[in-house]
Amino acid sequence: MADITQLEAFVTQVRRDIVRQVHKVNSGHPGGSLGCAEFLVALYQQVLKRKEGFNMDGDQEDIFFLSNGHISPVFYSVLARSGYFPVEELNTFRLLNSRLQGHPTTHEGLPGIRIASGSLGQGISAAIGAAAAKKLNNDRHLVYALCGDGELQEGQNWEAIMYGAGNKVDNLIVAVDLNGQQIDGSTDTVLPLGNVKGKFEAFGWEVVTIEKGNDIQAILEGMESAKSKTGQGKPICVLLQTVMGNGVDFMMHTHAWHGKAPNDEQLASALAQNPETLGDY
Amino acid sequence: MKTYIDTGKKDTRSGFGAGLTQLGKTNENVVALCADLTGSLKMDAFKENHPERFFQMGIAEANMMGMAAGLTIGGKIPFTGTFANFSTGRVYDQIRQSIAYSGKNVKICASHAGVTLGEDGATHQILEDLGLMKMLPGMTVINTCDYNQTKAATIAIADFDGPVYLRFGRPKVANFTPENGSFTIGKAVELQEGTDVTIIATGHLVWEALEACKTLQERGISAAVINIHTIKPLDAAAILKSVAITGCVVTAEEHNYLGGLGESVSRILAENHPVAQEFVATQDTFGESGTPDQLMEKYGLNAAAIVKAATKVVARK
Repeated sequence: MADITQLEAFVTQVRRDIVRQVHKVNSGHPGGSLGCAEFLVALYQQVLKRKEGFNMDGDQEDIFFLSNGHISPVFYSVLARSGYFPVEELNTFRLLNSRLQGHPTTHEGLPGIRIASGSLGQGISAAIGAAAAKKLNNDRHLVYALCGDGELQEGQNWEAIMYGAGNKVDNLIVAVDLNGQQIDGSTDTVLPLGNVKGKFEAFGWEVVTIEKGNDIQAILEGMESAKSKTGQGKPICVLLQTVMGNGVDFMMHTHAWHGKAPNDEQLASALAQNPETLGDY
Repeated sequence: MKTYIDTGKKDTRSGFGAGLTQLGKTNENVVALCADLTGSLKMDAFKENHPERFFQMGIAEANMMGMAAGLTIGGKIPFTGTFANFSTGRVYDQIRQSIAYSGKNVKICASHAGVTLGEDGATHQILEDLGLMKMLPGMTVINTCDYNQTKAATIAIADFDGPVYLRFGRPKVANFTPENGSFTIGKAVELQEGTDVTIIATGHLVWEALEACKTLQERGISAAVINIHTIKPLDAAAILKSVAITGCVVTAEEHNYLGGLGESVSRILAENHPVAQEFVATQDTFGESGTPDQLMEKYGLNAAAIVKAATKVVARK
């Protein structure tokens, strides 16, 4: 088991990276990024069985797809600090000629990215394809994906969810970031998702709920449980209950920081709440 | 004038099916996905021979495109199969982001393109797909003319690394290109040499262009005929070489004149050698129900329409 304290320190640094990236270019999506910091740190530092370096095919290793590409600040921070590219490159987030585009892409050759995302609702399909390729290649490693909850309003997800169950894609774990927020307000006011757990179960998926989706220990236990359910004829859904903007008090419990950058004063406050742990870029 | 013999009418979709069947035996990385149209796409043999490499997607084309993109991660070469309408317009954003922008090695194989789909009518008769696909950066766009060429193209694109849109159709049409002929992506085929007009045709209109060529010769007009099977990248050199001799052009395609082959040819000419051009294509309209022959006649997509256009463009010189 990982040292929880170390992982928490890692998360604190990732939070700094998120707000600093977004502040510098006065654009980007800090809210969802902060909400998924613990999950992505746990995933890349503990859960995924990864190889050194980056190979697009991901042969004989676990691979991950980010469907809600707008949380690129957290993805870039975790990838850089997991060794995929130099941490200093976070300085180029959203700048002209950067590999760190507003939304993640393979187009500029950034190591760690296997497909472009940003236009929502496409990640589960890609993950199912990669999972099918792993089965054909007799590669027993797993495919993981993360999508947002608002993103489930896109119909393609439900095509993919139906396919995954109907075809027993049981080497796949899809996490849904249940933060209850989207651009125009709460998911309940914009377009209610209803009973997400019941919907996945009705489609034939195994569902694991992580109620404390911003708690490293809870995430690790939940993902261990999810892994234990793979290979049994069903795809796995992890319902990750998070708080948007977690770790920066004024960004929490609101959709206001979905796609808004902090000003200088707000940045100072966010950084003061998250002291440097691994060294700023 | 060269003579081309129709060895017996066949549908281009069966050429795709034959090519895919052969690929199944020769390339273990080839996988096939179909959205509930296995029989229509002639993918039955591949499905029977390689059930583990065949993915029945159901009526869910968006997921099919995304899953195809994912299958490339792990080294597979996915061939998706459905009608042209559902291969493009319905899933444009999935193709744009997950396949084209992501640079995935997916072969989008589209049958029942154009009005020759026939009686099902305009809901299924896409006449905008070439435009949609050629606008995507990095997308190769191919529209084959007969059974033999469709089979050859299907086999050839498996060896090409990158996203490809392969367009073919439903009706049985003349089969006249060489059996087991070679297929070079981006390389036009000059079928007839001529000195008065260059007819640049793609897909089902290529045979019609050859028929038109005969009629034109009887009327004293010498027409060159170029088979443009690859619309992107377009073989500018072949076009310009012929136009340098003839000085005018007719383009012929089963597609809207907006966004199709004709406009791509116009760009090449405008940049290099501006000459008069006539467009045999649909005129910014939807199709309708009818037999393929009736529709080709009504929408001006046959040999008679090409003869008329050629006569007109020669007079404009």
